[in-house]
Amino acid sequence: MAKQIQVSGLDAYYGAHKAIADISMTIEPRSVTAFIGPSGCGKSTFLRTLNRMHEVIPGARVEGKVMLDSDDLYGPGVDPVSVRRTIGMVFQRPNPFPTMSIYENVAAGLRLNGRISKSKTDEVVEQSLRGANLWNEVKDRLNKPGAGLSGGQQQRLCIARCIAVKPQVLLMDEPCSALDPISTLAIEDLITELKDEFTIVIVTHNMQQAARVSDRTAFFNLAAQGQPGRLVEMDETSAMFTNPSEKATEDYITGRFG
Amino acid sequence: MAAIAVFLIAEAIPALQANNSSFLTELLWTPNNTPPVFGIGALAFGTIMSSALALAMAMPVAVGVALFISHYAPRKIAGALGYVVDLLAAVPSVVYGLWGVIFLVPFMQGPSEFLNEYLGWFPLFSGDPVVGRSMLTAAIVLAIMILPIIAAISREVFLQVPRMNEEAALALGATRWEMIKMAVLPFGRPGVMSAAMLGLGRAMGETIAVALIFPATFGITFGILGPNGNSIAANIALGFAEAGEVGRGALIASGLVLFIITLVVNMAARMIIARRSGASA
Repeated sequence: MAKQIQVSGLDAYYGAHKAIADISMTIEPRSVTAFIGPSGCGKSTFLRTLNRMHEVIPGARVEGKVMLDSDDLYGPGVDPVSVRRTIGMVFQRPNPFPTMSIYENVAAGLRLNGRISKSKTDEVVEQSLRGANLWNEVKDRLNKPGAGLSGGQQQRLCIARCIAVKPQVLLMDEPCSALDPISTLAIEDLITELKDEFTIVIVTHNMQQAARVSDRTAFFNLAAQGQPGRLVEMDETSAMFTNPSEKATEDYITGRFG
Repeated sequence: MAAIAVFLIAEAIPALQANNSSFLTELLWTPNNTPPVFGIGALAFGTIMSSALALAMAMPVAVGVALFISHYAPRKIAGALGYVVDLLAAVPSVVYGLWGVIFLVPFMQGPSEFLNEYLGWFPLFSGDPVVGRSMLTAAIVLAIMILPIIAAISREVFLQVPRMNEEAALALGATRWEMIKMAVLPFGRPGVMSAAMLGLGRAMGETIAVALIFPATFGITFGILGPNGNSIAANIALGFAEAGEVGRGALIASGLVLFIITLVVNMAARMIIARRSGASA
């Protein structure tokens, strides 16, 4: 249920503007990989190229190669829709469907794969909500609107919705930036549990969070405003935070810029 | 509103007292005869029937156009198309009416006979004779008239769907159409319903376009292909100039009924929207 991602020579554009340049890296299965770097350095853009969400924006395109185990995600004839079913995404702001109940939100992705029985849906919904550590809080109000939950609960609902379709990889774009510290802690605990099953990639602005949850960390930076963002270095998280090999990484981690 | 209602009631009462028949159920409209006989039955039926038909025809097309503009068309085409739709909304109704009489009435003869021959078992398409100047033709003209306003409002509503909800659906592996079903249509439903009610209100109040087309008969028939049809507004427009004292009062009474029908439709729509959004918000 977890696959490796291998990226080589990846560029991403918004129209004529090159947002990220020449990124190559390997993301290991059953581990948490954190992307850190100053705002505008392209880490979110890069994350969105990994499940072909980048191209949803008009004028956006990608050059280079992304391999999920042996499948080329940008190969000819590959349907972005099926890529997104394999690689799920959690967004910066919790975005449950406002017109749907908690139950329907979790079941939304399931129903895309055709008709499935009510009992099977019930089972997956419970399993996913348990998986997202939300079951005990919502089991008595599954038919209440998802928008009525707190921010942290909504974000866990989005994670439940995501894991309900059983993806190989979970991409998280600053999943805690809109949450309070306690909700953040709940999500971080959840990430640590989920990495047994999924390949997880998380973008974060919070250095402590990267240090707490991730196994490997990648630092992105851009040479100057208007220049494309690049991968500066990537290593074991412990090594990155104690003994980075690049001066820029050390400066960023110790808070000298960014 | 209250002042209008009071005016209508005050003007209508003398005529209603002079009436020699039941105003609510009588089909005939001869208020200038002695004794005067008139009733709202056929007119109210024609108004509701033609508007409902128009709405049923316009809704799918309007929502489709709105979705195409908001979510499918490339930006340039969407802009141009949106402009055309807005422009259509500004065409005076008499122009639609004339187009209906001069072009659509002769044109509809063939398709109407076709419908009657092959789908005649269905009550709406049954009956004899079949003519071009029918309830169906009037409803088509009404549908074309209300389409731009429904499409324009629906488009605005669809454009307001939060980007993050659409992305949530796409990231789950939804195709564009699945994303629309999952995120856009549920979010837009109350707005689209208000657009429909606005369109329905306009169709019911429409006067000159249907006055030109309706054969101005007084009867209730479900066959929409025959030479039948009339509406309250059209009847007022056609009859007001030559009406006597009782006749004017009678027409004003019919206006009052139209006023009540539109009020009821609007309130029903509001209740539906409130219940829907109350259940889901």
